[in-house]
Parts: sequence; structure tokens; C-alpha cells
Amino acid sequence: MGEKLSALFAFGPQLSDGIVTTVLLTLGGAAGAFVIALVLGLAMVTPYGWLGVPAKIIVEFFRGTSLLVQLFWLFYVLPLLGVQLDPMTCGILALALNYGAYSAEVVRSSINHVDRGQWEASRALSLSPAHLVRRVIFPQAWALMIPSLATLLIQLLKGTAVVSFITLQDLTERIEQLRQASGDTFFAYSVGLLIYFVLAWLLQIGMNALEQRARARLGRVDRTAGGLRSIVRMQKPQAEAVS
Amino acid sequence: MPSTDSGLTAPGSTGPGSVGSDPAIRFQDVEKRFGDNVVLKNLNFSVQPGERVTLIGPSGSGKTTILRLIMTLESLTDGFIYINGSPLTHEERNGRRTALPPREVRRKTRQIGMVFQQFNLFPNMTVAENLIEAPMHVLGMSKADALAKARGLLDKVGLADKENEHPSRLSGGQQQRVAIARALAMDPEILLLDEVTSALDPELVDDVLNVLRRLAGETDITMLIVTHEMQFAKDVSQRVMMFDNGAILEDGPPEEIFTNPRHERTAKFLSAVLDQ
Amino acid sequence: MNFPDFSDFWSWERAFEALPILLRGFGNTLIATVLGTIIAAILGLLIAVLLRVLPGWIDWLLKLAVAFVRNTPLVVQLLFVYYLFAMNPVLIEVPALVIGTAMIGVHYATYMSESYRAGIDSVPKGQWEAISALSLPPGRAFRSVVLPQALRATIPSLGNYAVAMFKDTPFLFAISVVELVTSAQQYGARNFAYTEAFTLAGLIFLAASYPTSLLIRRMEKSLAQY
Repeated sequence: MGEKLSALFAFGPQLSDGIVTTVLLTLGGAAGAFVIALVLGLAMVTPYGWLGVPAKIIVEFFRGTSLLVQLFWLFYVLPLLGVQLDPMTCGILALALNYGAYSAEVVRSSINHVDRGQWEASRALSLSPAHLVRRVIFPQAWALMIPSLATLLIQLLKGTAVVSFITLQDLTERIEQLRQASGDTFFAYSVGLLIYFVLAWLLQIGMNALEQRARARLGRVDRTAGGLRSIVRMQKPQAEAVS
Repeated sequence: MPSTDSGLTAPGSTGPGSVGSDPAIRFQDVEKRFGDNVVLKNLNFSVQPGERVTLIGPSGSGKTTILRLIMTLESLTDGFIYINGSPLTHEERNGRRTALPPREVRRKTRQIGMVFQQFNLFPNMTVAENLIEAPMHVLGMSKADALAKARGLLDKVGLADKENEHPSRLSGGQQQRVAIARALAMDPEILLLDEVTSALDPELVDDVLNVLRRLAGETDITMLIVTHEMQFAKDVSQRVMMFDNGAILEDGPPEEIFTNPRHERTAKFLSAVLDQ
Repeated sequence: MNFPDFSDFWSWERAFEALPILLRGFGNTLIATVLGTIIAAILGLLIAVLLRVLPGWIDWLLKLAVAFVRNTPLVVQLLFVYYLFAMNPVLIEVPALVIGTAMIGVHYATYMSESYRAGIDSVPKGQWEAISALSLPPGRAFRSVVLPQALRATIPSLGNYAVAMFKDTPFLFAISVVELVTSAQQYGARNFAYTEAFTLAGLIFLAASYPTSLLIRRMEKSLAQY
């Protein structure tokens, strides 16, 4: 065992490089996905078909074609069109497009779940539609969408593992290198899975804190969730976004 | 223009509006359908500036729809609504009924305030923030001015100490009084009250009604009220319109309608409401 | 600046050449999806039932294990079990497709168990009370009263996971199972022509998953009416 630990210790720098890459992919992908989700989600709730229909088609397209297909397309096919992206950009872009499409559905349905009376009250105060969405509807929809977005964020973290297929030295790739270096599959992969689990847990804690803040702004204060329980007591039983 | 305009000559038109000035609200041949369901048909009436009118009638008779049409929460199927003499959502142009652009509609609705059955306060804002949002961003008031005004209004509705509370911490009656203050913060010329006490526990109703009674006594805001509180209607309104099946069945001063209805439908409706 | 030549970019000839190869790969994709769904549906139900009957601390351990599998990448899990079996000389050689399908099934069982749990929780309290009033034996009551109702509420959610699983089968690339995307990648590498293969792969995914999703959404709507 001590020998294994010293092997792990010796491998430390590479491993932390891998963790940094995975975290960057996760955060970059999540930021991109969030922007895409906002644009597409808002387009889908407008009463204008010329905005809503293309948005809906984009969402269904990126939900329907698998993440790996999108990644390979960006990595292998795009250069043939004259657009050469480095693997990191490819990875972030594929994650952003794929999870952005799923998140757009969450944004759309959360906005639609905000009480109709809120739209009417805003109208009665003559607030402009843009102002009403920004100041009244979105803050309320935000509290509704965080739990689903948290589920998607963890799925995105798990999804980052595919970038090892396009030569990126992320955590998954580093674990494989550790396996080869230590010659012990069980050890290397247990360490790797544990690191992923802790990352997921940290993301969940962060999202719980965000949710709490959003709910407090709506005047609702409730259970403080933390600890290991927050990830064991799991999320919505729905891989597809809430309907 | 058809001259079936019952409101202009209605016996109850005793408001301060003088002859020759435009009515605050005028419905002209208004029709509203939801699919095949005709809610209002060929409706004509006027409300004079400063007049307080209560709409009564069985549920489904179209009262609430009238308020929602004025607030432009519903779009009318046919006809015209005029606010202070100018068209609200549609106008006649070259002999054709034409919709006005949304921006222009919104400019008109600034003169109109509405209080809802379900309060509809913004839960993501404090009480004070609820009151200053529209004055700041629609009327362009400074934050200091808007806040000063908000405090004055909260004082009027008896909630001066609640300005930093979240709406969810208030009782239904308190929330509704905040909603009234929020509507008044926009200095509306017309105030629409849509069953404002229907969602309240009985013991909270009086607080809200008393605020409105005081308001009626102190201001000359034109009010259109939908309520089942007949005593309140008698106290504040100068005119009552009885609706049935999307049409005006009776229109007159409250004393007359409540004590001496001309139609049996009205009498039946009143005795049913008073029995509750 | 040289402009890409689009006639070079897309060739119908290559597309028709690649299609049968892709469809052969798609066979493995379907096998993994169908068998994976069956494994996940059965194992997920088992987990959900165990979580109801197990005592406190074992229950918690099981929950932790479920959370662990669910919150770590399927790709890494696939590699893990693949190397465990491939490197272990004691065991007989197991084809990568079998290992991969089993692991996908286990991974999605952790999701499906949550759907079952929600389904069981959605059975009205009155039903449980009726069971004890009739003094039915617990096992029988669960099988004949609770489960049928819980399953009804669960089916659309299981369907969604089956579709999600379908879209995750390309992860089998990690352990060299020649499914749809792997066959596209191999075709591309052999001919140095990726466009047709990957585009077709994406379209095949879309053509299979979108109608299925629509069907599930319709089912959800009709179930929601009861």
C-alpha cells in the first residue's frame, strides 16, 4: 500500500494537471452552455415564431445527436472546412452546445412555470417586456431552474471524460497513465473515480448554495443542505430536462 | 357610429365629468370571444372621469373580462375601447380597424392601474422595491423621489413599518394593501379592482375595504370595481352595472339597483349573494 | 486564404460507401441500448425496493454506492471494468461489448432506481392504508397493488433514460466496441474522409432518438391526465 501511495505521490503533478484540465472544461463548458441556454430558452418563450421555431430546431438537433458525434465533428470535420480549433476549444464548444441545448429546455420550462399573475401585474404597471423578464420573471425562474441545472452540471462534468478521445490530457487520460505507471487498475481507477466524485460533490454544494440564495431573495428560507447527504439525496429523476 | 351608447346618458352618470369632456372609459361595440364562447357581445358603455362604478353579476357574466380588456391583458375580438377619448388598442383608420403598436398601447396603460384577486406582488423584491420599480423605470422618477412616494403610500395603507419585508412574510390582507399602494404609486387616472377581497380570509377583508373606502373619499380616481361585497359597493360606488351573459342588464345608482331592481334576474342574483 | 472546396468536402459516393459500415456498427449500438435498458430496469427496481426495506445504515451505504456510480463518468467506469476483466487472467475472456453493455446498464440503474422510488412515493397514501386495512401480506400487497401503480408513473421516465442511454452508447468507443460512432471514426481514419461518416452518424442518432422522445412526451401527457 505504501508503495502505491508513493507512486501516487510521484504522479501528483500530472494528476493535478489533469484535474485542472477537467475543471476548466467543466467551467468553460458550463459558462458556454449557460449563455446558449439563455439565448435559446428565451427565444422559445417569445411569442414570435421566427425566433422560437429556429431555437426549437437547434435544441432538438443538439439534444438528438450524441455528444461524442458533436465532439468528433468539431475535431475531425471542421478542419476540412478550413476551421482548425485546438482540442480544448473543441471540447468546451461540444460540451457547451450539447448541454446548452438541454439547459435551454430547463430555462424555457422554468420561465413558463412562473405564475401568470406576475406577467399580468407587470403589464398593469406598464413595464416593458424586456424589463419584466429581466427584473421580475427571470429572478423567479432562476430559483426554479437551479436544481435541474445542477443535475445537468454534474452530467457535464461526467461528459468531460470524452475529451480524452481527442488527445486532451484530462483527468481520465491521467488516470489511464497512472494505471500504466503503477500497473494496478483497481488502485488507479478507484483514485480517479473518487476524484470525480469529490468534484461532483463540490459542484452540488455550490449549486445548493446558489439555490438557497435565490430562494432567500424570494423570501423563502428553508433547510440548509450540505454534507455528503446533499449528493446522496439526489436530484430530479429525469435525464431529459423537466418538462 | 351607432348611437347605442347607453353610458353617456345613463342615470348614474353623476361623476365630476362635465358635459363635453371625453369619458374616462368608453366601450364601443366591444365583442370578446374565447374560441366559440362569446363572453361579451356588442357592448357599449361609458364611465365619466372620477366616477366609481361597480360591476356585479353571476360568475361568467363577463365582468372580470371587461377589466382585463381595459388593462390589455386580453385582446378584444371586435370593437373599440377609448381611454380619455383616444383609442386604447385599436383605431379606425381609412375605414379599417387597425391595431396600435405595443409601445403606444403601453403609453396609454400607464394611466390605468389594476389590483388583482391574487395580489401578484413580485416575490423577488421587498415591499418598497415593489412600489418603486415601475415609477423609476416607467415614469423615470429618481430613486429618492420614488421611495419618498412609496413611504407616503405605505403609510396611507397602514404598512409604514413593512417597507423592507418580503411579500411572503405578510398576511394576505397586508399583501393586498401593498398591491393597492403599488398601483397608486403610478398615479393612475383609472383604477381597476378585480375581486380584491375574494382570496382573503374573512377577518382580513375589512382592512382592505377600509383602505379602499378612504381612497374613494380622498381622491377622484376613476374606479371600476368587480366585487361580491355588496355593502362595499353601496358605500363607494356612484353607479352599479348588472351583467348577465355578457350584456348589461341594468345600470343605475346603487340605491336603485340594490333596493329596487327592475329585473328579476338582478333580484335573484342579489338575494343569492346576500344569503352567503 | 484558400477557400474550402465543397465538392471535396462532401461526396455522395463516400456517403453510400460508409452507410452499410455504419449500419453494422449501429447493430451493436442497438444491442447495447436494448440489453442495457433491460439490465437497468431490473437492477434499478431491485435497488429501489432494497432502499425501502433495508435497515438504516446498510440502506445508507447502498445510497452512497448509488450516488457514487451516478456521479462519476460512465467513460471512466467503462475503462475501469474493461481493464479489470481484461487484465485478470483468472477470468475467461469477456467480449468488450458484453462488459460495456453491463456497465451502461449498471450506470443507468442508479438513475432508474430514483424514478422507481419517485413512482412508489407517488402511490397515494390511501392505497397503503387500504392494504393494511385488508391485512394483505406485505410482499403480495407490494406486488399486486403498489407496484403496478408505481410502474405506470415511472414508464415515461424510464423511457427518457433509455433514450439518454442510447445517446451515451458512443462512450463504448473508449473500450473499442465498434458501435455507430466508432465505426464512423474507423471509416474516417481509413479513408481520411470524416465528413460523411460523422454526419451520417449524427443523423442516424437524430432519426432514432427524436421520434422516440416525442412518443415519450406524448405518453407523459396522456398519463398526466389521470
